Amino acid sequence: MSDLVRLTATEIAGKVTSGEVSAVEVTQAHLDRIGEVDGRVHAFLHVDADGALAAARAVDAKRAAGQPLGPLAGVPLAMKDVVVTEGLPTTAGSKILQGWVPPFDATITRRIKDAGVVILGKTNMDEFAMGSSTENSAYGPSHNPWDLDRIPGGSSGGSSAAVAAFEAPLAIGTDTGGSIRQPAAVTGIVGHKPTYGGVSRYGLIAFSSSLDQAGPFGRTVLDTALLHEVIGGYDPADSTSIPQPVPPVAAAARAGAGSDLAGLRVGVVRDLGGEGYQAGVLAAFDDAVATLRKLGAEIVEVSCPHFQYALPAYYLIAPSECSSNLARFDSVRYGLRVGDDGVNALEDVMSLTREAGFGAEVKRRIMIGSYALSSGYYDAYYGQAQKVRTLISRDFAAAFDQADVLVSPTSPFVAFPIGERIADPMAMYINDLCTLPASLAGTPALSVPCGLSENLPVGLQIMAPALADDRCYRVGAAFEAAVEPLSIPEVAK
Amino acid sequence: MSTATLAFEDVIARYEPVIGLETHVELGTVSKMFCGCPTTFGAEPNTQTCPVCLGLPGSLPVANAKAIESTIRIGLALNCSIASWCRFARKNYFYPDMPKNFQTSQYDEPLCVEGYLDVAVGESTVRVGIERVHLEEDTGKNTHVGTSGRIHGADYSLVDYNRAGIPLVEIVTKPVPGTGALAPEVARAYVAELREILRTLGVSDVRMEQGSLRCDVNTSLSPAGSRRWGTRTETKNVNSLRSVERAVRSEMVRQAAVLDGGDRVIQETRHFSETTGDTRPGRSKEEATDYRYFPEPDLVPLAPDPSWVEQLRRELPELPAARRARLQESLGVSAEDMVQMSNAGVVDLVGETVDAGAPVGEARNWWLGYLAQRANEREAEPGDLAIAPAQVARLVALVAEGSLTTALARQAVDAVLETGQDVDAVIAERGLRVVSDTGALERAADDAIAANPGVADKVRGGKTAAVGPLVGAVMKATRGQADAAAVRAILLRRLGVEG
Repeated sequence: MSDLVRLTATEIAGKVTSGEVSAVEVTQAHLDRIGEVDGRVHAFLHVDADGALAAARAVDAKRAAGQPLGPLAGVPLAMKDVVVTEGLPTTAGSKILQGWVPPFDATITRRIKDAGVVILGKTNMDEFAMGSSTENSAYGPSHNPWDLDRIPGGSSGGSSAAVAAFEAPLAIGTDTGGSIRQPAAVTGIVGHKPTYGGVSRYGLIAFSSSLDQAGPFGRTVLDTALLHEVIGGYDPADSTSIPQPVPPVAAAARAGAGSDLAGLRVGVVRDLGGEGYQAGVLAAFDDAVATLRKLGAEIVEVSCPHFQYALPAYYLIAPSECSSNLARFDSVRYGLRVGDDGVNALEDVMSLTREAGFGAEVKRRIMIGSYALSSGYYDAYYGQAQKVRTLISRDFAAAFDQADVLVSPTSPFVAFPIGERIADPMAMYINDLCTLPASLAGTPALSVPCGLSENLPVGLQIMAPALADDRCYRVGAAFEAAVEPLSIPEVAK
Repeated sequence: MSTATLAFEDVIARYEPVIGLETHVELGTVSKMFCGCPTTFGAEPNTQTCPVCLGLPGSLPVANAKAIESTIRIGLALNCSIASWCRFARKNYFYPDMPKNFQTSQYDEPLCVEGYLDVAVGESTVRVGIERVHLEEDTGKNTHVGTSGRIHGADYSLVDYNRAGIPLVEIVTKPVPGTGALAPEVARAYVAELREILRTLGVSDVRMEQGSLRCDVNTSLSPAGSRRWGTRTETKNVNSLRSVERAVRSEMVRQAAVLDGGDRVIQETRHFSETTGDTRPGRSKEEATDYRYFPEPDLVPLAPDPSWVEQLRRELPELPAARRARLQESLGVSAEDMVQMSNAGVVDLVGETVDAGAPVGEARNWWLGYLAQRANEREAEPGDLAIAPAQVARLVALVAEGSLTTALARQAVDAVLETGQDVDAVIAERGLRVVSDTGALERAADDAIAANPGVADKVRGGKTAAVGPLVGAVMKATRGQADAAAVRAILLRRLGVEG
């Protein structure tokens, strides 16, 4: 393994800018690393070596011409396959989009390219971002670099695995109910779900429109913040985008790393812990709280009584919206087409295509959602779930009166073995227990590594009020600086 | 089911109709409802599309502010309340002309509610309640290729998404009871008045034949005196004012026959046929469609600023009813004439022709008569004809001074429409002048008499009414450029009858 892949994004950008290494060398080192380990990790669905090297050459040429480079120029990145990339296959982990090549870039893809960040390829994911393990990918699961028999989290598990396996220093994920934070936690890296509306959704293949947010992964809080600044900010092409500048997250990460947390009130959410949580996870979390106290933070306990309804509410809202969002996959304009034999009627071709093209979990959610939106059931299900959302937001508002940030474990358990939960949807859904409230409230949350349990990483979730993403990064960076970094193992042969 | 055709009078004697109309109006915005694609009609298929209006994965809508403004203006012109807060909703159903398999529309939170429109029918005025005016996106257009021309039995189907995403305003009336025998005319007059308002607002080109104004007509019958309304049907594909009237009439007659036969009217969608003038059942659906409406999460709620709405209200143009009242007074025409002119869409044209110097009667006759006929043949609106009111006034003047006969003036109109030249130019070029050379007319008269001795004898015998064919022959010989009355007088004189 080249030393270049051990570097942080910040270090790589510094070396590329100073001319110590070229972007092409850095990119090639990562492509080599992918070649070396991805057969075992299976983080990538599509590696674009030519495109990546061309982008790297462009950065080197820009530098040679004396033009200024952005803070992440020349840094390789792994892109979740739910984000559209012009000219690069985009499947969202589904067979129904096999072979589809988008004719346009997502806003964040465009911003990443404009920043000189090098896209290495597209990463594996649970189909249409529905899942917590990548086992719902139509292309087979990704493997956790800490233990290849275990899941790397999901749905952005390809991205988290790529960063943890040193195949890329940065990655993009999307988080609807925890799909950035839980994979970050179980692979021992940093991941952030921005405030809803803080990062453009234009070009994200929609799962649940009112919840989906793209966000950054990195191995350090600062790297993650720098990538957040590249992708964040107002986009007129997304009506739900907030017309405000990106919160100063990189500055917060830098400030946090060099200071204590005196005067900061940290709320421990009483409702996110206890029964159903692994003892090792709770122990690591308690240690993390102790560390925060040692850093000078005032620890308060807060109660969020409606968080217990987050899971049922989420599993009505997300399926309802996905049942509508996924209706467009009908074989008429793009993607898979099955049964078009000149005899089958159009409706039959649509049905056969959807039957063959969607996996079991996607079908389950489309059915739940279609039912929940049905005339006569709407008020009892979708309508009621939206009310729960309001109650959860009020819980947050009350808690943020008492505390500047809230903390909890990111996931109730460490990475579980592949196959252990796939047959039991409820066992899979409770992965999201801690991450769902911030999703439903549209508030930002960061996961930062906070130790090991059974030699597997545990994540600390740091939640802040809407638009105060910088608080997550400040606390995350201070915490990161105060603890021993995890030593991510070499991927087993 | 009875196939016997009832007389309309019999229907009215025993049943009371309730009508309702849903009108879809394509707004004339430069760009589409949720993306920047152009909206020009008639472009090559699928050339006015982008990831958004094709519903490609990842694309997102952004609402067209101009379309929202137009919808509010329509609502204000129809005396509606404008919602201070409302949302778009998704209407979910699968159809290949819908790129996303849902239509972004409005459901229980429309932009405009509770208005009305007064329409004049003959001597009476009927107030039609407006339930809602809402904004949505149009679908693409399917073309089924094959002998049947319909989806069933087609060899293949083509979809043009140029229309997909064009802003569409839906205007829904409340049920209109109590119009009796006038129901078909009320329906027509409502659409005609609505069209005038939309045209005055400048929000749409309101061309029914191009589909920028489309009507669905709901009709039900209940036995006279009954308080319960009957089951309604929804008739689609009603693409002209005349068809609106015919569709209501034929559906009333059909439903009366069903009820007379002791059967129930089925709640269904029916299609109007322009050729047969009756309605046919649409494809029967195996189950009721559940559109699974829910608020569109990709768009933020609309909350029009009340002061902006008031500004739009103040800036509304003079609406057709007020304009008609003003013009009726200044032109000095009857209320009935005014309604007729309004329904034909020629009020302004008549007004401008009068302003250019023509007497109002002449102006009215031209625009309701020959010019309306020409427009009709071209499937165009009178206002779209390539002849300006001033040129019509010029023709009226030429006829009045005797330089042209009415027949010659019509030839001049045709020539103007054909060439786009002005009246004096076509008259000069084609030599369209009344032949007043008496010698020439007399020679032509003598030729006609010589060629038709039998007819001539009859006239000589005192049957002056038989002179017609001889007049015709002279007119033909002079290529229509003679004054027929003068020719008749000459013929009679030369045959020794009268004069």
